[in-house]
Formats: sequence, structure tokens, C-alpha cells
Amino acid sequence: MIALLFRDLKLAMRAGGGFGLGLVFFLIVTTLVPFAVGPQSDLLASIAPGVLWLGALLACLLSLDRLLALDWEDGTLDLLATAPLPLEAVVSVKALAHWITTGLPLVLAAPVFGVLLNLPGPGFFWLVVSLAVGTPALSVVGTFGAALTVGLKRGGLLLSLLVLPLYVPTLIFGAEVARRGAQGMETGTPLLMLGGITLATIALLPFASAAVLRVNLR
Amino acid sequence: MSIAAKANTIWQYANPKKFLATSERVLPFFWATAAICLVVGLVWGFFFTPDDFRQGSTVKIIYLHVPSALMAINCWLMMLVTSLVWLVRRHHVSALAARAAAPIGVVMTLIALVTGAIWGQPMWGTWWAWDPRLTSFLILFLFYLGYIALWEAIEDPDTAADLTSVLCLVGSVFAILSRYAVNFWNQGLHQGASVMRAGAVTGTDTTEKVSNVFFYPLFLCIIGFVLLFIALVLYRTGTEIRARRIRALLARERAGA
Repeated sequence: MIALLFRDLKLAMRAGGGFGLGLVFFLIVTTLVPFAVGPQSDLLASIAPGVLWLGALLACLLSLDRLLALDWEDGTLDLLATAPLPLEAVVSVKALAHWITTGLPLVLAAPVFGVLLNLPGPGFFWLVVSLAVGTPALSVVGTFGAALTVGLKRGGLLLSLLVLPLYVPTLIFGAEVARRGAQGMETGTPLLMLGGITLATIALLPFASAAVLRVNLR
Repeated sequence: MSIAAKANTIWQYANPKKFLATSERVLPFFWATAAICLVVGLVWGFFFTPDDFRQGSTVKIIYLHVPSALMAINCWLMMLVTSLVWLVRRHHVSALAARAAAPIGVVMTLIALVTGAIWGQPMWGTWWAWDPRLTSFLILFLFYLGYIALWEAIEDPDTAADLTSVLCLVGSVFAILSRYAVNFWNQGLHQGASVMRAGAVTGTDTTEKVSNVFFYPLFLCIIGFVLLFIALVLYRTGTEIRARRIRALLARERAGA
């Protein structure tokens, strides 16, 4: 498992576009928002938590279609499926690698982008916390979507259509934590719900992902 | 299990031939009763019930809005059950029924959303509000679209049935999750359950409910929508089975030639 994780990480690092692209996309989204809604700083401050969450979510989505497709094309997935490692573990590792290459940089970079959007002071901490808790769920759910559409020739758009509705609960609770944090309100309940969703998806969804992957590899 | 015992279970309809024969026999009955219920219910509702003292005549949208919303949710439930049956027992009719039901569910969801908007405009002063119920219906609509898109995108029918079934299971969990997340996220304008609540029907519940004057035609409309849904699903499943047969025949012919 660890070998597979390092392999995926190395591929993401060396192939280019793995680490950086999601971040750059996130930066561009954050830059475009003020152009679209106007530069008033109080308006930006009030929408900043939501916009940052949405940007992170879209950046996650962007890299999903490469998550399994490359391994599918060169036959690595077939080898992994016949390997002694259970396919559930394979998809979990894939999701973890996706999170390390996409989710983690977003979490670390989010405060910087928060400055751009005039995020209120107490919001920074909660933004980072909510993204750190929520983005693993985005990766795991995304892996499920990628496993569903891996055999399709033009799966990219379909992948977004399938995955985005599944992102709704995570987005709601995640953005709620960030918003309440920014307004200095109590954040316990949504944060617990967000953590619950993340843990539940990590525990259960790899089984569904592995099941659909087996169907696709048939 | 002996063959004689098996003939009396629901599983005999997993045989497409048996399914087609039976559904063709019962279909006229379902079409007819659905038409009668809907015509009587709608005419009764539209022309022979009083206007609501606060809402005026707009209250009559209820005869389309409530049944279609009910069927939009029940349709997904039916797809969930048939998907499970397909995953567990591998009956093709079951998978095809799920496929046949999805577009009906989309239309029902759309009717509920559109009639809701038309009703909401004079009552709440807005076509759309990010109310929990409205929002979760919009999300349900997106789920339906994704489900149908996945069916359309995959060529091999068995693979498509497998993948969409898993999607339906996972989607159901997330749909329920979204429902509660949305509830948490915003309190809304839409009234609570006031039609099918226990006690509301028997009259023991004295809190706000739909008056009996409106309830009887509404109940008839709901029954009509249920029957219409059953008829449409049977009809469309039959079509899917025949389409599958034609494809098999064509493939055989090509292989023979």
C-alpha cells in the first residue's frame, strides 16, 4: 500500500500539473470573483468563506478525471486488480494520494487566498480547519465518481455531473463552519457534522468504489 | 423451493415473457383507472371546491403539486428497490424497470418544481427561494439527471445496470444526507407536512392541516398519479424489454450473415 502511495505521489510530482494545477486554478477562481461581484471589501468579506470553499471544491473536481484514467489506459489498474492487495485498499490509497496532491495544498494555501478576499480575522483558523476536515471527503467521493466513469471515453463532463450533487452535504457543512467562524459564531455543530461525513465516506465509500471498479474492469 | 411454490412468488415476473404477458393484461386497467381518478379528481378540485379564504384560487395548484412531488420521491424509492433486486438477484427486468422509471421521476420532479414556482409567485412573492424543501428537490433533480446520463453513456447494458445501481444506492444515502444538511443550512417558507400526517386524515389532529374539502379531490389525484406512474413504468419497461430483444435479434442476424 505504501509503495503504491509513493508511486502515485511521485507520478503526480514528476508528471507536472498534479500539485500545481489545482492551486493555480484555485488562485484564478479567487482572482475572478472580485471582477464578477465588485471590489467592495465588506461584500467580499461576507462571501469569502463560501467562495473559498467553492473554489477548493472545483479545484478538487478538476483533477479527478486523471485520478484513475491514466492507470486505466496503461493497464496498471488490471495489474492492481489481480494483485494480492484488495481493490478497496487500492482505491483508498488512490484517494489518499489525490488528497495529498490536491486537498492538502489547498488547505495550506487557503489563508493566502483569504487575504485576497478580505476574510475577517477569526475566519482564517476556521477556514483552514474546515478545509482540512472536509477535503478528504471530497477526494473519497471523487474517487467513487472517477471509478464510475473510468471506462468511458468522454467521462469528464459526466464525472462532474455525477460528483457535484454528492458534494452538496460536504459543501454545506464546510462552508457553514467557515462562515460561522468568520462571523465569530459557535462552530461546533457543523464541524462535527462535517467530520462525521468525512469519516463515514472514508469508511464506506471505498467499498462502493471498488465494486464499480470491478464492474468496469470486467 | 419447488416449482409449484415458485410460481406464486413475485419473482416469476423476472421472466421477461411472463412480465410482458401480465403487464399487457393489466395495463388497460391501470390506464383507465388512472385516467378516471385524474379526470374526476382534477375536475372536482378545479371547479367544485371553494377558493381558500386567504390563498384564493391559487390553492388549486395543490392538486398537481402535491401528487407530483410525492411521486418524484417514491419513484426514486422504487428505483432504489429495483436496483437492489438487480444487484442481489440479477433479474434483468428489474434493472430495466429502474431505467424506465428514471425519466418519469425527472418529469415528476420538474412538475413539482414548476407548479411550486407558479404557486410561490403569488403566495410568497417570489418564484424561487432557497428554502430547504425547494432546494432538496432541486438536488433530487440533479441526482436524476446524473443517473440518466450514466445510463446513456455506457454501451454495455449489464455494465450500465451495475454501475447505475451502485450509483442509485450511494446517491440515495447522499440525497438523504443533503436533505438534512439543507434543513440545517436554511429555515424556509414552505409549510410542513400537512396532507399525509397521521391524525390529519382521521381528524384527531387539530393543528394546521389541509381541510377535508380540499383533501378528498387531492386524495383522488394522488391515487391517480400513483396509478399513472405504475402504468407508465410497466409500459416503458415493456418497451425497454422489446428494445433489448430487437438488439439481440439484430446481433444474431449479423453474426449469422
